[in-house]
Amino acid sequence: MQRVPVLRLGDVLLVSIQVDLADELAPWLQEDLADEIVATGARAVLIDISALEVVDSFTGRTLSTIAAVSRVLDAETVVVGMRPAVAITLVELGLTLHGVRTALTVELGLAVLHGGPTASLAAPAADDLRASP
Amino acid sequence: MDAATTARFGALLRGHHDGLLKDWTARVMGGLHGLSEAELGRQVEELYAALLTAVDEGGTLDVGGPASAELRAVLAELSRQRAQQGFTSTETVTSVYALKEAVTEVLDTNDAQQLRDFVAYSALIDQLGLFTVEVYARAREELISDQAEQLLELSTPVVKLWDGVVAVPLIGTLDSARAQVVMERLLQTLVDTGSPYAIIDITGVPAVDTQVAQHILRTVVAARLMGADCVISGIRPQIAQTIVMLGIEFGDIVTKASLADALLHTLRAGGYEVVRRPPRDA
Repeated sequence: MQRVPVLRLGDVLLVSIQVDLADELAPWLQEDLADEIVATGARAVLIDISALEVVDSFTGRTLSTIAAVSRVLDAETVVVGMRPAVAITLVELGLTLHGVRTALTVELGLAVLHGGPTASLAAPAADDLRASP
Repeated sequence: MDAATTARFGALLRGHHDGLLKDWTARVMGGLHGLSEAELGRQVEELYAALLTAVDEGGTLDVGGPASAELRAVLAELSRQRAQQGFTSTETVTSVYALKEAVTEVLDTNDAQQLRDFVAYSALIDQLGLFTVEVYARAREELISDQAEQLLELSTPVVKLWDGVVAVPLIGTLDSARAQVVMERLLQTLVDTGSPYAIIDITGVPAVDTQVAQHILRTVVAARLMGADCVISGIRPQIAQTIVMLGIEFGDIVTKASLADALLHTLRAGGYEVVRRPPRDA
């Protein structure tokens, strides 16, 4: 089975998930990302899920876990490109992707990481997310 | 109706063609208001002709049978028209039942055979009436569902207010179906326009209860999951009181009294500065 490639963009790691995060793939991705953050000293992880049409609770938990692991390694996680249908499903399932920041596109995600204007509106919310375990 | 009775019915319709037609039209006229005599006359004539065709073709007359296809079509058309013109079901069916009364007039009720026939005719006309009511009800239901759909389409626009700011002016009661449409539209627009800010304006929502609040909250949470932030605006004083009394918590979601405030807020958050230029001296 192929692994999900982790690309390095300066001090940001970019992961584009193209296939369903199957059972073995999720822990591999977690391991790869943790290794890569330590190896490169990356400041942030950008996960693009625009190709995912279905996000179940397992995938949601994986994303939350990645965010938690990254935070321990002092890197922020931003999930970008979530589809409307996926967002609606997650809300209906009651999953809120705890501890994960989100952005519409990769570009906006980078802006969020660089403290761009988009990050300021939900400043209290973002603080909450960062503070929560 | 068996073949012999049908044949006698046909003969009766033919024998008293003009008299029955006139009497029928007059009786329909009495029960309906707002239709011209000429139009009614034409409708009844059409119905009469269809009835004759059904009698001639079938041998035996049966409302559900293949020979009555044209009769059914004419009745359905009439019924649909009446439904669209706003007549009640009683007024519509009276147009059919009036034939029964007209037929009574030309029959000799002292004659046992004719009386037996009349019972058969009467049953037939009842069936025609029932068919008419069914079509009428169906037409009304179609009308209602069409209107509901149009209303749904009409009342959920998503507008772009600024580069990166979209707004949904909600108007009318927010039930689950509408909330779903609003959510889908808004999220899709966020993706299409790449807007990181959305304003949900509830000026036009007559009342906010826990369920409506729940719908709005879910929309905001979904938008957040996608990476866009929502501001809720257009909260009238009364609604604000209700929200507090119901104990609805909007958490860290920004709420503003007016759409203008909300736009200003999002502009500032987006890094814009709104400055009023001092008037130029002449």
